[in-house]
Amino acid sequence: MFIQILFYVFATVLVGAAIGVITARNPVHAVMYLVLAFFNSAVLWLLLEAEFLAIVLVLVYVGAVMVLFLFVVMMLDVNVESVKSGFTRYAPLGVVVLVIIAVELAQVIWVRHMGLRGIGELTPLPADYNNTRELGLLLYTEYFYAFELAAVILLVAIVAAISLTMRRRPGLKVQNIAQQVAVRREDRVKLVKMDSEERQ
Amino acid sequence: MAIWDSIPAQFQSVLVILGQVLAVTIVVILCVAYLTLAERKVIGYIQNRIGPNRVGPKGLLQPFADVIKLLLKEVVVPSSANRFLFIIAPLLSITPALAAWAVMPLFPGFTLANINAGLLYVLALTSLGVYGVILAGWASNSKYALLGAMRSAAQIVAYEIAMGFALVAVVMAAGSLNLGEIVEAQAGGAGLLNWFWLPLFPLFIVYFISGLAETNRAPFDVAEGESEIVAGFHVEYAGVTFAVFFLAEYANMILISALTAVFFLGGWLSPFQGLLGEDSLLGAPGLFWFALKTCFFLFCFLWFRATFPRYRYDQIMRLGWKVFIPVTIVWIFVLGAMIAFQVPPWFA
Repeated sequence: MFIQILFYVFATVLVGAAIGVITARNPVHAVMYLVLAFFNSAVLWLLLEAEFLAIVLVLVYVGAVMVLFLFVVMMLDVNVESVKSGFTRYAPLGVVVLVIIAVELAQVIWVRHMGLRGIGELTPLPADYNNTRELGLLLYTEYFYAFELAAVILLVAIVAAISLTMRRRPGLKVQNIAQQVAVRREDRVKLVKMDSEERQ
Repeated sequence: MAIWDSIPAQFQSVLVILGQVLAVTIVVILCVAYLTLAERKVIGYIQNRIGPNRVGPKGLLQPFADVIKLLLKEVVVPSSANRFLFIIAPLLSITPALAAWAVMPLFPGFTLANINAGLLYVLALTSLGVYGVILAGWASNSKYALLGAMRSAAQIVAYEIAMGFALVAVVMAAGSLNLGEIVEAQAGGAGLLNWFWLPLFPLFIVYFISGLAETNRAPFDVAEGESEIVAGFHVEYAGVTFAVFFLAEYANMILISALTAVFFLGGWLSPFQGLLGEDSLLGAPGLFWFALKTCFFLFCFLWFRATFPRYRYDQIMRLGWKVFIPVTIVWIFVLGAMIAFQVPPWFA
């Protein structure tokens, strides 16, 4: 009962935040709504006893991805007028996308509904059940190749992004760090012994 | 007691938990207050001054005088600032710093929330602190604040990776994500030689320096950079809102110090565990040792601030990306070999 009340509270906030993402005029506000939405979906996962996924959602999406997102949005000079002027041009495409998503969602809910009938409420797992350990055991044994493949694909993406954006600019003045570290006092400072001047 | 017994058992446990939460939070906030005094005193003595000594005996009431002064000051919101985000930004930076204490093992057998994925929880929460800084910088609608926020965000993102890798090694060595179990994994007859600082020495250093950078403390305090961008992200803040930022910075310092003590210096374990036995006064594990280790790291924070000049921005980035991350990756492999060959006394 208590869990259900919590679920509806957080689900309401989640839906509200999601609506906020698309209705907010200010892009920074939209990003903050998205952060709120991520947070609430993490709480919903916690209610399903998927604590690893919930924490990783916060760690990866809220802690890293959205920070970079916010970074970019804050740097952009968004002109609201020019964004609005494209509305009628993109509206038909938007409607098509909307219909596809709606059909897909309905289908997913329908199929899940068929499959889930009769399962009823989730049976709570024992307190010492370690979701993270179970996930790790599966990932590193049964799904080892898939896991490693995903890692390699991500690595390739990183290398590609860097090689696409890196330019070698000629005439750039950079420091040679090894040289700087290797510098000793004798190379830079010269102590000169002088006799003191005669008193006038 | 009669009133207590009349409360249903369910509410009793809720009240007990609330009481514990309140106790831990108040102690942390008091520690923050006295850390500000300690900072001024320590830096004062390092610079051959006395430091504050006027309010109360030996200046011990100075933090309260500061707090009252800040509370009574007017909160000025710049006219072109984004009012809502401007007010909420300091709150976003203090909340994670306090919430992370929920999984901290304070003394044997006591943690507010003894969860299995405690370390992940800490990582997730510490990665949220950056929102307060970024939003403060943006909502102030001031170029200095925005520059400070940008610097801080880039710095925190860079050092978080090195920090995360260092913690991966801690998890490998301890075989658990639970902070209490990480402490217990460091127990052993050799006392302080059994702690993880020895097998993980490079990562211990990397973690603490990354902690310095994460909290925007000297010598990595370019986000404030008084000489270049006035006060960085909180340049427009005054009164209570500034006090909350101040509180968050010091709460984060205490948090990082406590976490370093837990991960690398055996938390509440005694350094003389094997030598004196568990029953003797100095050999017994307890809150005392945890507090002592945390205070040591806090002193290091203050000491570094008084000693080192500020890093140049590009060098901060170089240190984070090109030095710390390779070091952590190499040491994770070394650690893997140590665990595979069961090097005593840690992994036997």
